[in-house]
Amino acid sequence: MAEHLNGFLFGIYPYIAILVMILGSILRYDQNPYSWKADSSQLLHSKGLRLGSNLFHVGILLLFFGHLVGLLTPHWLYEPFITSGQKQLLAMTAGGIFGTMCFLGMGILIWRRTTQDRVRATTKFMDMAILLILFVQLVLGLMTIPQSAKHLDGSSMIALAEWAQHIVTFRPGAAEFIMEEALVFKLHIVLGLTIFLLFPFTRLVHIVSAPFKYLLRSGYQIVRKRG
Amino acid sequence: MTIRAQIGMVLNLDKCIGCHTCSITCKNVWTSRGGVEYAWFNNVETKPGVGYPRNWEDQSEWKGGWELTKAGKLKPKIGGKLGVLSNIFANPDLPLIDDYYEPFTYEYDHLKTAKESKTVPTARMKSAITGKFKEKPEWGVNWEEILGGEFQKRSKDYNFADIEKEIYGEFENTFMMYLPRLCEHCLNPSCVASCPSGAIYKREEDGIVLIDQDKCRGWRMCVSGCPYKKIYFNWQSGKSEKCTFCYPRIEAGEPTVCSETCVGRIRYLGVLLYDSDQIEAAASVKDEKDLYQSQCDLFLDPNDPDVIERALADGVPQSWIEGAQNSPVYKMAIDWKIAFPLHPEYRTLPMVWYVPPLSPIQSAAEAGKLEQDGMLPDVRSLRIPNKYLANLLTAGDEEPVISALERMMAMRVYMRGKTVNGVEDPAVLEQVGMTKDQMDDMYQLMAIANYEDRFVIPTNHREYAGDGPFDAEIAFSARSECGFSFGSDSNTGSGKKVNLFGTQTHANTLSGSPRKPGGSS
Repeated sequence: MAEHLNGFLFGIYPYIAILVMILGSILRYDQNPYSWKADSSQLLHSKGLRLGSNLFHVGILLLFFGHLVGLLTPHWLYEPFITSGQKQLLAMTAGGIFGTMCFLGMGILIWRRTTQDRVRATTKFMDMAILLILFVQLVLGLMTIPQSAKHLDGSSMIALAEWAQHIVTFRPGAAEFIMEEALVFKLHIVLGLTIFLLFPFTRLVHIVSAPFKYLLRSGYQIVRKRG
Repeated sequence: MTIRAQIGMVLNLDKCIGCHTCSITCKNVWTSRGGVEYAWFNNVETKPGVGYPRNWEDQSEWKGGWELTKAGKLKPKIGGKLGVLSNIFANPDLPLIDDYYEPFTYEYDHLKTAKESKTVPTARMKSAITGKFKEKPEWGVNWEEILGGEFQKRSKDYNFADIEKEIYGEFENTFMMYLPRLCEHCLNPSCVASCPSGAIYKREEDGIVLIDQDKCRGWRMCVSGCPYKKIYFNWQSGKSEKCTFCYPRIEAGEPTVCSETCVGRIRYLGVLLYDSDQIEAAASVKDEKDLYQSQCDLFLDPNDPDVIERALADGVPQSWIEGAQNSPVYKMAIDWKIAFPLHPEYRTLPMVWYVPPLSPIQSAAEAGKLEQDGMLPDVRSLRIPNKYLANLLTAGDEEPVISALERMMAMRVYMRGKTVNGVEDPAVLEQVGMTKDQMDDMYQLMAIANYEDRFVIPTNHREYAGDGPFDAEIAFSARSECGFSFGSDSNTGSGKKVNLFGTQTHANTLSGSPRKPGGSS
């Protein structure tokens, strides 16, 4: 039974979550582009937002890319330079710092959203849900640090990276790497996948629209021909 | 040289009575939706005052418009592209809704349901956002109506720069004027420049600046970028909205709603031809006081055969060139130089122009006689200080404003001589450098102000948008795109090229060529 559940959550659920994320996003963008937005509430309430939002966004972006690089870099690429033990230590330190940043920022954002009248009044169900889910996910992530500190040989980290790399390269048997890991890692992964699953139904879609194209615009003006 | 055409507007402040009809009709048409209760695409402010949103004119606070870098290059005051992106998580220059006002309603139900009591029941104020009671409104769209509030607060008005303002707080010396405001549909719009999504654009054919609502992601940088604070963030939709210059009406050759309904007939609409290659240079002249002139220099004489030839070659329709030749805006802004852009020092090259208001002669009451300057009363002794108007309209340069006021004064003196005394005095005309024909024309346009003289709006020619001279497909699909549409909204309508669930196989076939929707020729 446990093996079955493990196989589903870490072998099949990742594909469901990513598929829903991709198809759901395409569908939303195509059918309802008007709903695609960052949904800022700064106009109504700005106190604490500058600190909170910046800490949160910078923290979570660095965490995201940290995970991306940490999990998906093939072992042979970094092995000549650092041992897996050193890499684990690096991940714990960086994750700890950015995680704390994000934690503080999110604390301010949650305070705003739960206690400030105007923000509360304009909060949709999914706004609150995704904020709290992200917060729980962050706390789970931070809880993996003391867990990792128990064995600094990098073995857990390698197992998790193997799992991620098996998933993205469609190799069978990915779930087996997770089977023996600590519960906190498992919860962190399942909730992380759930965030992917929920992505198209939340304001998170604005991530896809990060306006880097702005930097490539020649000059500042846009003139459109009629048509 | 690349010639483009724009529909511009002139507001004759001398005739504005501050009735707010423009604001109300605009609101009923454009901002009566949820989330924009607080937004007024058109509003009328009483000056002097700090306005709506509070202190909008002071860019040291709001960072709207452009500034020149040390190298003399234009850069949005909120920052270059990297600067804008680095502030995207929280915009440090965004006004709070309280700087406009918190939208509210009243608890009217209480009037019907209140139990019997000694006192008359009241309908208390309630915030439209939180639904909670509020004691009183704190600010509003016309808060300083007819000099409401203390002079101390109103005198923070940015236009008092370099003016000894204390005396204008005295009852005997006080002055006021109305300033109706809307989006300026600038030639060098800083909202467009500061939009990271590229959702805001200027239309090539008529210069109207619009926000593509499907492309807007709500990064809210345009709100800061616009120095006139005429872009409003809809707190329900999460998108920015702005004055559309009533483009569906303009396309059909009709005036904007604010212009159509203006009871004082103060608004004028007409075409201006300009050289779009020179925009950047015109907006980057070093001295702010030269900006008014450099903007005027952009506009081309629509009667010049070379200009006409070039304009036709650049795709300006013949009817638009004729529109430019009869344009009341060209006459007032360029021919007669009596209309000015609002705050040219923001370097946005605004396209809504203002005729400064005359006001009573200050010394008349004191001395019992008028101070004369040649044939005319001295406009320097008008109640509204020339410097104040200059700070509003010409970046502080008083000479153009004085010249405009003199011409308006001359029109009155001349016409009074002509109609009351039966004498046409050429000396008056000479003093302000105008011919008899010009003066008659100016009188006709400004005093009589007939509908067809005020609004010279050629219809939109979308059929010229294709590669050829006349694109039948565009013309016919545009004709029938409203009414019954394909799909539940405009997104799934006929214009879209790709749709997850398939588009129609044929566009409007009345054009004579059955082709796929959106397919190019």
